[in-house]
Amino acid sequence: MKEIILCKYGEIALKGLNKSTFESVLVKNVKRRLKRFGRFDYFRSQSTLYISPLDDDIDMDEILEQVGHIFGIVKMCKAIELDKSLDAILNDTTDYLSDALEDAKTFKVEAKRADKSFPYKSPEICTELGHTILEAFPHLSVDVHNPDVVVTVEIREKNAFVNAMKFDGAGGLPVGTSGRGLLLLSGGIDSPVAGYMMAKRGVQIQAIHFEAPPYTSERARLKVERLAEEISLYCGDIAFHCVPFTDIQVAIKENCPEELFTIIMRRLMMEIAQRICEKEQLTCLITGESMGQVASQTMGAMVCTDAACHMPVFRPCIGLDKSEIVEIARKIDTFDTSILPYEDCCTVFTPKHPKTKPSLAEVESGQAQFDFEPMLAQAVENTTFKLIRCGEQNVNI
Amino acid sequence: MIYFDNAATTKPLDESIKALNAALLSFGNPSSLHKLGLDAEQLVNKARMQIASSIGALGDEIYFTSGATEADNTAIFGAARTLGKRKRKIVTTSVEHPAVSQPCRILEEQGFEIVRISPREDGFHADDIVGAVDDNTCLVTCMLCNNETGTILPISDAFKRIKKKYPTTLTHCDMVQGYLKLSVKAKSLHADMISLSGHKVHAPKGIGALYVRKGVHISPLLYGGGQERGFRSGTESVPLISAFGAAVEQLSKNTDERFDHVKQLSSYLRERVLELDGGGVNSPADGSPYVNSISIAHLRSEVMLHFLESKGICVSSGSACSKGKKSSVLSELHIRDEIADSTLRVSFSHENTIDEIDILIDALKEAQGTLIEVK
Repeated sequence: MKEIILCKYGEIALKGLNKSTFESVLVKNVKRRLKRFGRFDYFRSQSTLYISPLDDDIDMDEILEQVGHIFGIVKMCKAIELDKSLDAILNDTTDYLSDALEDAKTFKVEAKRADKSFPYKSPEICTELGHTILEAFPHLSVDVHNPDVVVTVEIREKNAFVNAMKFDGAGGLPVGTSGRGLLLLSGGIDSPVAGYMMAKRGVQIQAIHFEAPPYTSERARLKVERLAEEISLYCGDIAFHCVPFTDIQVAIKENCPEELFTIIMRRLMMEIAQRICEKEQLTCLITGESMGQVASQTMGAMVCTDAACHMPVFRPCIGLDKSEIVEIARKIDTFDTSILPYEDCCTVFTPKHPKTKPSLAEVESGQAQFDFEPMLAQAVENTTFKLIRCGEQNVNI
Repeated sequence: MIYFDNAATTKPLDESIKALNAALLSFGNPSSLHKLGLDAEQLVNKARMQIASSIGALGDEIYFTSGATEADNTAIFGAARTLGKRKRKIVTTSVEHPAVSQPCRILEEQGFEIVRISPREDGFHADDIVGAVDDNTCLVTCMLCNNETGTILPISDAFKRIKKKYPTTLTHCDMVQGYLKLSVKAKSLHADMISLSGHKVHAPKGIGALYVRKGVHISPLLYGGGQERGFRSGTESVPLISAFGAAVEQLSKNTDERFDHVKQLSSYLRERVLELDGGGVNSPADGSPYVNSISIAHLRSEVMLHFLESKGICVSSGSACSKGKKSSVLSELHIRDEIADSTLRVSFSHENTIDEIDILIDALKEAQGTLIEVK
């Protein structure tokens, strides 16, 4: 009995003339993701992608889990591929679906006959299969309006497929269909969530991290690499840039007003990030800021930060409460890593009383106390790069 | 020397010894904040991932222990302490290793009801295990593969049905004799907890692990500095952990090939033993080929063992842990006393060969000719 996976597209199905572009990106993403699990056959039909394994030893439950992380797919089904005969359908279905049917109280059968030459019409298939299922599972009853389980039979050109177990997909748009952006990844709870949310809308993510040794430790950087690995399950491969930031932080501390430290630091981070974007041909910045969460995330502070940017800054967590962000972080399994207790570059040197309503003029004049340009150029120059491959776990923290 | 006692312990792999030595030199404490500490922590976590992926688990689901005995004790006492206020029953089997049966006996003395499932004439039935579980059951603990006969218990079927019917009942599997020998994944076993041992898989002694499924929370056995995410305090034995990881990494590459090889050895051994006058095979045909319980009528196990030893062949009578004691496991598995008295356990590793079996058979023939029969 060969098991396959059916993936139903989400909103891609509604796209107009662009649909095939979205579709081919999605299929490319799926293929790339599944390559290391073995060989598969793919075919598309009616807004559904069929994934059929070509090797015997592929664990389809694992494949289902992998596909469940790929954006652009809303629903997934496991199905069995059967010979195109009513006998095969009646014989093998009950066995295959026994897990789902044992737990259910009511069910219904739906048949789709794409191949009209199949000698039985859809209602006939439903009646026959329904009868067989009722005989095998006498505790079940038929409910066509609100069944616990819907058994779907599809008659296609070459084979018949039977499925009943539907699973939620990751939703969203295929990664790569909405451009490329640079995620500022600190090591906290919010920034991985922000990356996940933008990737969900099709943005391909690169990540940038600022480290400040000896004020931050190697463990802190490894933690961030681990976070990047974790979100790469959703985002695909992530190019990871790590910027040495100690000198700049020390210079701000020594030369600029203390209460503006965080804001000036954010502005300089944005400046470096933009330069990396230009090098890598990325078109936007992404941060995990949430309105009013901390002093540097007030409206006033963000206005001052954005004044240093000529690129759009996307903040997908802006309207979320901390508890809502945590909920997503738990769902995508970054939370436990995020709360590992290492200092990050945002928390060292923080002023006792940061300005929550700074004016742009005072920030700009504060920053003008020192010529940061040579340091910025050097930081960009010394930025290290690492490619984080989707699904690989190399960081042991 | 011919070593046929791999169910007792195994020879460490070269890779494992290498990892052990390297980790001895990188001697930092994984809890230290400096570089030496970080390096040690990385070694521990690398091994954690190696072991996790060998059973299809997450790194966070693996906790290192001093061995499978500690893992078993942690699982059983932990489950009893966590759920035992309301649920006072534990279901187990009558053929468990003492690391499981003794903790159960202690809990029995403390008022827990222990149900020990015995095999029927034709072996264990999942129905019997599932049937013994009820709302009042805190833990079901069963081995996957018996250490004396290689009998494989229908655990994944039983656990699957138990978890479906009683989701809060914990399932624990002592998988020591099945680990990296049979292709088993934590998920397909439907076990909440799994005990593993290092020295049965070509790593050194003194190291083991307990898999605890994500979402399952039980109390620890040891308290202290909060290592292993608070679940198993005590400074990590980085060298042993590292050696364990290296052995697992090596062996998980070729579980199927090794199985096929050992299956051949086992079939050949069983065939040759049955050709002997009075030779018998106690192990079931569908058991693990790694563990072979055979008997030679009228010759006492221990006498044969020492005779073979003089020929440079190491086997075991019953299981090594119970030394001279008569095995209750064999009688539970419906093996008659006089056969149990003349039983030898021949347990293989992938390094054994057909030639070695020929030498064993010749030695057994010689034993039959020279040793005095004990009726």
